[in-house]
Amino acid sequence: MRDRLYRIGTGAGFSADRLDPAADLVERGRLDAIVFECVGERTLAFAHRDRRRDPALGFNPWLERRMKVMLPLCARHGTKLITNMGAANPRAAAAKTRAVADALGLSKLRVAWIEGDDVTDRIEMSGGMVGANAYIGADALMPALAEGADVIVAGRVADPSLFLAPLMMHFGWRADDWPLLGRGTLVGHLMECAAQITGGYFADPGRKDVPDLAHVGFPIAEVSADGDATITKLDRTGGEVSVRTVKEQLLYEVHDPTAYLTPDVTADFSKVSIAATGADRVRLAGAGGRKRPDNLKVTVAMDGGYLAEAEVSYAGPGAGRRAELAGAVVKQRMAGVQGFNDAVRIDLIGVASLLATADRRGDVDLATDARLRCALRTGDRAMAEALLWEVESLLTCGPAGGGGYRGRIDPSVTTETRFLDRGLVPTRVHWL
Amino acid sequence: MPLREIAHARAGDKGDRSNISLWVEDPRHYHAVKAQITPERLKSEFPRLMLGEIAVHALDHLCGLNIVADRALEGGVNASLNLDSHGKSFSFLVLGLTVEID
Repeated sequence: MRDRLYRIGTGAGFSADRLDPAADLVERGRLDAIVFECVGERTLAFAHRDRRRDPALGFNPWLERRMKVMLPLCARHGTKLITNMGAANPRAAAAKTRAVADALGLSKLRVAWIEGDDVTDRIEMSGGMVGANAYIGADALMPALAEGADVIVAGRVADPSLFLAPLMMHFGWRADDWPLLGRGTLVGHLMECAAQITGGYFADPGRKDVPDLAHVGFPIAEVSADGDATITKLDRTGGEVSVRTVKEQLLYEVHDPTAYLTPDVTADFSKVSIAATGADRVRLAGAGGRKRPDNLKVTVAMDGGYLAEAEVSYAGPGAGRRAELAGAVVKQRMAGVQGFNDAVRIDLIGVASLLATADRRGDVDLATDARLRCALRTGDRAMAEALLWEVESLLTCGPAGGGGYRGRIDPSVTTETRFLDRGLVPTRVHWL
Repeated sequence: MPLREIAHARAGDKGDRSNISLWVEDPRHYHAVKAQITPERLKSEFPRLMLGEIAVHALDHLCGLNIVADRALEGGVNASLNLDSHGKSFSFLVLGLTVEID
């Protein structure tokens, strides 16, 4: 069977991704495996925050909903489900998965979870550390696959490794066949963000029009034993798989294309060829690989206090100037009355916000619908509340015509990067 | 010529480092774009945003440039006060630049 194509799909490309395209993929895609890639720097930090609040939490908040829909489909079609939805708590995530399976009468499904990415006890920080996770690789998943896991729930497995592991198992690739691992890693890298290769994060009306974006399909990779692959999607789904969508994803969050570092390999994407071979079919070849890095990357989550944000809107003639005045009032009062001496961010949404730091500002005098946003970070809850109070009080004390106040305070976790010798990060498979 | 007319782009983040890949549609325009979208040009266009080192990696056979800018995300996704703390919008920041095409 090793000479046939391996069909692997993506069921989620980030924590909060859609579920209906994933169900469709398993229903109609004849998949060997489906991967739900759900951990990023931001979501892992949130997961640590959740686990700190409740030791039974800290895994992906959509896990239960996803498993309820996906487990029966995967069982019926013989599709393996591999995920890092365990985030900061894979043990609890696997227990929840087991419970969902049993409740659906799927007690025969073999559920494994992977321990070992949590390296909190091996990282020294001066204080405020919430948790630390090493990026573990395909090798952590291999024993579970070898023993016939139907579902694998892990934490901080590197995104492409979730795809590489089943390819290695299926084709019998050796763990030091670096060029093959480089090609499998390219497949994983292209697939890991789901719709980002099928027309999501791509449309620019008039320049890059995408068919039926509301129903964008998730991707399938058809991988051959030599590691080359075709990326495609199901018929009767929206979106597109084209040379352009594949190019954009090729370098997504890549720095030096000759050295994409994962726990498995140093992959080389610099000589990849990309060719359209049919409607929504793109063929990849030519990725390479060299020896894997000795050290594993570690994301350390730190207590980041609170992010406070408050907004109020101005409309009609002079709206931009009134919003600007309101922002100046908030800044003055946060410093003078509240005694807050750190940065207060002032945005004029619709005029100067996302790109304001890049000195690309709209014309304040022309703005007729401007939303003031004020934001700060602080370790002091009372100071976070003070910002909301100051912005809300603009309603009567600020410029004319201000309305639509909203304010929110979110606990915040910041992240730092460290490296650990891989010998210090053993992993282990558990069965439930 | 605005870059958006002749190229497409995608932005991503890792820590406080942003990367923007820029893909020139017509190979005849590629070398002019490559000659003009340099670290020096980017530094001078965005002096308050791209605070650290900037590298531009070229993939000539795909007519692609990968712009990698350190200290460009106001501390990174979990520290930034920017509404777009990932810098997802930076692809269009670059596509808003103009280049001279013969």
